[in-house]
Amino acid sequence: MLNQEQLHELTERARQMRGHIIRMLTAAKSGHPGGSLSSVELLAYLYFHKMNIDPSNPKMPDRDRFVLSKGHAAPVLYAALAERGFFDKSLLGSLRKFKSIIQGHPDMKKTPGVDISSGSLGQGLSVGNGMALAAKLDKKNYRVYVLMGDGELEEGQVWEAAMTSVHYKLDNLTAFVDYNHLQIDGSIEEVKSLYDVPGRFRAFGWHVIEIDGHSFEALDKAVAEAEATKGRPTMVIMNTCKGKGCSFMENQAGWHGMAPKPEEAAAALKELGFDA
Amino acid sequence: MGERIATRDAYGNALLKLAEINPNVVVLDADLSKSTKTTAFSKKYPERFFQMGIAEADMMATAGGLATAGKIPFASTFAIFATGRAYDQVRNTIGYSALNVKIAATHAGITVGDDGGSHQSIEDIALMRVIPGMTILNPADAAETEKLVLAAAEHEGPVYIRLGREPMPVVFGEDYKPEIGKAVRLREGNGATIIATGIMVERALIAADILNQKGITVRVVNVHTIKPLDAAEVIKAAWDTGAIVTAEEHSIIGGLGSAVAEVVVQNRPVPMEFIGIKDRFGQSGKPSELLTEYGMDPEHIVAAVEKVIGRKNS
Ligand SMILES: Cc1ncc(C[n+]2csc(CCOP(=O)(O)OP(=O)(O)O)c2C)c(N)n1
Ligand SMILES: [Mg+2]
Repeated sequence: MLNQEQLHELTERARQMRGHIIRMLTAAKSGHPGGSLSSVELLAYLYFHKMNIDPSNPKMPDRDRFVLSKGHAAPVLYAALAERGFFDKSLLGSLRKFKSIIQGHPDMKKTPGVDISSGSLGQGLSVGNGMALAAKLDKKNYRVYVLMGDGELEEGQVWEAAMTSVHYKLDNLTAFVDYNHLQIDGSIEEVKSLYDVPGRFRAFGWHVIEIDGHSFEALDKAVAEAEATKGRPTMVIMNTCKGKGCSFMENQAGWHGMAPKPEEAAAALKELGFDA
Repeated sequence: MGERIATRDAYGNALLKLAEINPNVVVLDADLSKSTKTTAFSKKYPERFFQMGIAEADMMATAGGLATAGKIPFASTFAIFATGRAYDQVRNTIGYSALNVKIAATHAGITVGDDGGSHQSIEDIALMRVIPGMTILNPADAAETEKLVLAAAEHEGPVYIRLGREPMPVVFGEDYKPEIGKAVRLREGNGATIIATGIMVERALIAADILNQKGITVRVVNVHTIKPLDAAEVIKAAWDTGAIVTAEEHSIIGGLGSAVAEVVVQNRPVPMEFIGIKDRFGQSGKPSELLTEYGMDPEHIVAAVEKVIGRKNS
């Protein structure tokens, strides 16, 4: 259970992260706001409450791992890492720039705190499985968290990996689907219906939890339940709003991969309670 | 040279040795462990073996995850699936992050035989060569395979190991010590140099003998490491012998021949001929029938050498 103070802290971190996302995308003039904003609460919760990590020792062997399988949401990861102190916040302005340590998509060789490179959708659950298998083999109790997009679930490899997690009883892995109902060309329902997302994972043998992905209490409860679930992996299906926190972006497929213009950014930042 | 052993069998044996030496070595397979020869490892070290089912893409990315946590995964399947079906996973998860994954791909080339063109990988070297940082090993025989598999485990970074299905003559003795990145000169001669890899090394030696009887001496160089290529040895061959024939069980597009040509034209242009598959798919047949059909017998190498010497002297 999160107390009032923790809730307050997480809410403020999330607000700061949204500010970072808007500012870094505006400076970069390209990138993906929608799916970054819909995952803010999850990353705030993991990076500021849950994960055993050390910004001064990003490769700490026993750390918990985070796999951003939907690599295009790199801004939310960079926002979390900078806010948590893995690198200086001033570097956020260099997103997508030549020689920057924060590339257009996550690059573990360049960015401290990035546990795996990503960008080609559909691979992260497999990678997370590999990490979780290694933990079991080494009898270590670090946990692995994987975040996928809902559109990403259209990739066949996700389902190969979903079988692997269950086959190897990877109860040290918790996966999340950012169920924001939008991808690039339109809604999931229009592009390629996923029919029954929780039912699919249940049929594959996963423990499935459906929550409001913007509620810290719900995230906290789900992650605790996942940890208590033995012998199988847990899939947390987070009902979210793409573009959350920036009213003109909310639920708009068009804001998947477009940076705000300076005047739009100013409006967004004002809405988030920032002066400039 | 009496004994014939498939390089995939040597790989299976090498894994057993490696398991003893290095506790971080783990093995993954995609429902082909009987064919890729990882079964013995899986029986002896069940907790270090991961059966991934018929899911090559998942296998490669899982191997990547294991590598991030300090394991040295050997991921095995047929070459056609390791490089074709799972290309994006090898490129974007393993290659892009320079993860310490060893891809041990068996059933490479046309000597797969009966299974036919769908299973005969003629492009795997080309696909792996274009991935920055990928090391490519193509052992010539069982002895070399065993040593190179052990060396691959010590080598930090992604390695592609190309192995064959068919039992092949053993060329090298116990005391032979191949080193990753270093080509091995097997014969001296001055008419031309045959630069060969994999099963074509033994065939190049036979060709050299035939040429000798005709009064032509050739240098024979074994390139077990196609990437990084031993450029100094290639340049030396161009300077010393003035003509080069490459020989590989692979498409002549993008493989050893292309790699050698890239070095030759930039340093010491000399006439070259290419032995390999000439922009065709494979087909069913006995390995020996296919090697003849695709122009890869010692006689074909001999003819190529005579042709390249003719061009050198014209
Ligand atoms: C293999 C692959 N195919 C296509 C793309 C291009 N792409 C980037 S984001 C995206 C849509 C993702 O939608 P979703 O998973 O729902 O992400 P979110 O809504 O959370 O942003 C696509 C198709 C890609 N990055 N990788
Ligand atoms: Mg989506």
